[in-house]
Amino acid sequence: MDYDVIIIGSGLSGLAAGIRLAQFDTRVLIVEKHTVAGGLNSYYVRKNRTFDVGLHAMTNYSKKGDRSSPLGKLLKQLRFRHEDFRLRQQHQSEIRFPGHSLSFTNEFEFFEAEVARQFPSQIDGFRKLVKIIEEFDELNLDDRRSLPSRPVLESCLSDPVFIDMLFCPLMFYGSAREREMDFYQFVIMFKSIFMQGLAKPEGGMKYILDLMVERYRKLGGELRLGAEVAAIDTAGGEVKAVTLAGGERLEVSKVISSVGYVETLLLTDPPCPGQESLERGQLSFMESLFVLGSPARDLGYDKSIVFFSTRLRFDYRVPEGLTDPASGVLCCPDNFDLPQVSGEGLLRLTSLANFALWDRLPRREYIQAKKEERARALDSLLTFFPDFRDSVLFLDSFTPKTIKKYTGHLNGAVYGAPNKIKSGATPIKNLYICGTDQGFLGIVGATLSGITIANLHVLKEWTGS
Amino acid sequence: MTVDEVREAILNILSDIAPDEDMSSIRDEENLRDQIDLDSMDFLDIVMELRKRFNIEVPEKDYEHLATMSGCVSYLQPLLKDRQLAS
Repeated sequence: MDYDVIIIGSGLSGLAAGIRLAQFDTRVLIVEKHTVAGGLNSYYVRKNRTFDVGLHAMTNYSKKGDRSSPLGKLLKQLRFRHEDFRLRQQHQSEIRFPGHSLSFTNEFEFFEAEVARQFPSQIDGFRKLVKIIEEFDELNLDDRRSLPSRPVLESCLSDPVFIDMLFCPLMFYGSAREREMDFYQFVIMFKSIFMQGLAKPEGGMKYILDLMVERYRKLGGELRLGAEVAAIDTAGGEVKAVTLAGGERLEVSKVISSVGYVETLLLTDPPCPGQESLERGQLSFMESLFVLGSPARDLGYDKSIVFFSTRLRFDYRVPEGLTDPASGVLCCPDNFDLPQVSGEGLLRLTSLANFALWDRLPRREYIQAKKEERARALDSLLTFFPDFRDSVLFLDSFTPKTIKKYTGHLNGAVYGAPNKIKSGATPIKNLYICGTDQGFLGIVGATLSGITIANLHVLKEWTGS
Repeated sequence: MTVDEVREAILNILSDIAPDEDMSSIRDEENLRDQIDLDSMDFLDIVMELRKRFNIEVPEKDYEHLATMSGCVSYLQPLLKDRQLAS
């Protein structure tokens, strides 16, 4: 046996699982297809500037000393101090619809007061909903329970626009399903965004990924970059080995894969029956980055994140065209409590996008379409935001095709498949999944996913329980 | 290991798992969970640390013995009596 556990993918979930296992002297190897660590949340460098991808903001912010919050659990399980993550809080974010605006900060009372002021007829129902959310056990790993959110919201609230305004940020930051969310996911996202809050790590995703890689290696974990998995070899329905693209075969007891559920089953050799019938994720995004000559707030952008819809009803679905500019997310990293060094500003604009349409464009048309769709997204944004186009020093866009290339997710589906496998189990013995398709969402969620699966399927088994 | 050393070994584990908690105030007869903020994830870590540091396997049916400090000491001391408290 070459390793006790091989982890596929060095995103946050894979690294977190790796740290947990290496903490307890497991012979563990992480294999990463790309030459740098990172997954859905990562970074890239252009013209001497480092840009985060995935990370608009980290959700689930909680203060130092809170050990039972998701962030607190993550820190203690990986044995980091709160200050190690260098989290800097948001100023204020906003959900903006035609004629309606709801602001929120990292203090839930602020949001509640905002709801009472903007939607006085809904506040009693909102408090009822919050009570249901507080009492819900969203971290239960039982896969059999499934409850859609809309009926729950409609049992408390009567204003469809207010319901859509609540859905808007939660769907944009985590829903793999069109127009609907499983209620446990709604609860995870509601708590992580409204009740806990938003922050950014100083130094961005590169800092967090470097921190985790350094810890993992220090504990004796092995990480191979540029090592793509060709197959997960099984025999008699059980994992035997992992074969790398170069032909090297590594014998192993257990495999934890963070590449997605269907994506993992597609790697098994012989092929695992049944994956053809599984629903695949479809929801993807286009995002444009605008480097500005001055901080965004000088141009009239004072919010940290704005979730917007230019139509009264929000429609979260795969657009019929390349993108849907009618709604989106605007992120202003300048408007977090981060030190301002460069004097430059940055805006990031995200819209829903259609993978299949982007994927079939020939190269020349693809490049042209990026420019056109970016312009459409801007035109839509500028219907209720000040114009900043004269201040742009540098811009770049990525599409669902880029997301597929770097994350390996089928269809560039940012949040993976609609049906999550909370237990992490697969039909193959000793093959488990963690990350997006396990169902804990966001940066803290992904990290907790790796921790949970490592605990449940490896460490607990060794303790004989 | 003496009884006192076993107690110290457990305290060492607890301070690694909950670095922000004050271990000096622990009352041996009271439930650990009520005194320092421990959940089931922390409990797994205590068991894993015992395995790593002293090669002791604690079966799940015996977890109840680890509820208080004095319970931990009386359960673990017979298993650790021939061992040294490593630094």
